[in-house]
Amino acid sequence: MSVVLTAHDLRKSYANQVVVNGVNLTLNRGECYGLLGPNGAGKTTTLRMLLGLIEPDAGDIKLLGLPVPQAAREARIRIGVVPQMDNLDPDFTVRENLMVYGRYFGMLDTDIEARIPSLLEFANLTQKKDVKVPTLSGGMKRRLTLARALVNDPDVIFLDEPTTGLDPQARHLIWQRLRALTQQGKTLLLTTHFMDEAERLCHRLAVMDLGRIISEGSPREMITRNIEPQVVEVFGETASKWAQEFAEIYSTRHEVSGESVFCYVADAQPLVGHLQGHPELRYLHRPANLEDVFLKLTGREMRE
Amino acid sequence: MSKHHFAAPRLSFRFLPIWRRHFLVWRKIAATSVLGHIADPMIYLLGLGYGLGSLLPEMGGTSYIVFLAAGTICYSTMNSASFEALYSAFARMHEQRTWEAIMNTPVTLDDIVLSEILWAATKSLMSGTAVLSVAALLGLTHSLLSLWLIPLALLIGLCFASLGLIMTALAPAYDFFMYYFTLVVTPMMLLCGVFFPVAQLPPFWQTVAQALPLTHAVNIARPLIIGYVPEGLLLHIAVLLGYMLLGFYVSLVLFRRRLAK
Repeated sequence: MSVVLTAHDLRKSYANQVVVNGVNLTLNRGECYGLLGPNGAGKTTTLRMLLGLIEPDAGDIKLLGLPVPQAAREARIRIGVVPQMDNLDPDFTVRENLMVYGRYFGMLDTDIEARIPSLLEFANLTQKKDVKVPTLSGGMKRRLTLARALVNDPDVIFLDEPTTGLDPQARHLIWQRLRALTQQGKTLLLTTHFMDEAERLCHRLAVMDLGRIISEGSPREMITRNIEPQVVEVFGETASKWAQEFAEIYSTRHEVSGESVFCYVADAQPLVGHLQGHPELRYLHRPANLEDVFLKLTGREMRE
Repeated sequence: MSKHHFAAPRLSFRFLPIWRRHFLVWRKIAATSVLGHIADPMIYLLGLGYGLGSLLPEMGGTSYIVFLAAGTICYSTMNSASFEALYSAFARMHEQRTWEAIMNTPVTLDDIVLSEILWAATKSLMSGTAVLSVAALLGLTHSLLSLWLIPLALLIGLCFASLGLIMTALAPAYDFFMYYFTLVVTPMMLLCGVFFPVAQLPPFWQTVAQALPLTHAVNIARPLIIGYVPEGLLLHIAVLLGYMLLGFYVSLVLFRRRLAK
């Protein structure tokens, strides 16, 4: 497997506040790599450094064999970017957006023209090709942004929270398209705070917090390495009182969050049996998921 | 502010597709834009030129409307470059995030700033040429020397686009541009010999006027309209070019700082 991106010990501070604090990353060709983390963890700053848009205070980056930021311009010829916020050209139609964007890569109009039909089809926008951007729905705009990122047939695609603000139907369609891209051999680097998205799409992922990568692996590995396999969530007015008495007896580890108690266990049967004798409490028994790992690693406090 | 913000501009021909993008957008709204950039100066020129001009036997050795035609071309080119470099460039940088989209391609911020200056200057070229054509139709130009006003319009545009971008780089919101128009553009219109000769000002303000770029633009334009080669032509051109280079560099440094987040 060949390496398309390496970052070694990246650091960046703004006005004495450390935003990225020693990040190491390696991306292999054809994989989808997820960068997870709460707001302010340093994900977007890391992406912008990898693209050569901001200069790191320290560290080395090699993107497609080229040093960044020194040769970032050359590297970006083979990169596609889906930004966090839509920045399509509102004065143009769908087709014109693709045309104008392709020119920024130095592509010839005839070459862009030749690519547009397949890009429109990929984005499910063939019917909308002559429609102006402001009349598109949120999901259509995201799909157009994705199609625009593919206009130069990039080897690596950076996606910064690609499905934030979309309804479930629109998210599923984006996921399907991203999977198709990895099947074509494209390398994807995406940031997200949707754990289900990361779990479905990513071959490997890293959890970032306070400017550092605190854990890395495949979604399965992350769960087995960091957390007990079973979770029982207990709800009800008396849940926290119940937790004081019983949670420690029946679970390896537990967390109280408002009127919910999260019990992490290897075998849930004794706990479930006990809860059946407490009809005033409701409970949900499920396998542990990435969200549990994420909350364990980054804590339950709000980040603002 | 770190040291690479101060690096010399690194220019490339990748600014061309951006200029082309701006032109495509302009083509869609050309009718209204032409109205704003031509009707407005023409109303001033005709209203003041014939109205006020009928009361004045002559000014600066020529009829008032010819005197005013030169000034009008200069201030209308200043205005169109300034509006483009402030409001439109700010919209592309801040509101529409067009710059952000472009910077994800092999195009750099340096290319974008260059394209903004050249595009705003293109708007000046268009409005300057339009006003000159009407002035010629009205018989206000007296020799072929007045054709030099076309490249002059471009130079004035480059100068004021670069200066205007400094404000754009600093602006938190659109309201901020009121300061520039009220404290810089309007005073220049009154101090720089657009409506009356600079020599009519008190000595202190005459000195101030000599330091302002619009004065030097008017000093080139007026002799060309009347039909002779301006005195001190190279100095006037050098002042306009100097302001252009200063504006380009300062705005670039400020944009690098602003967008390095």
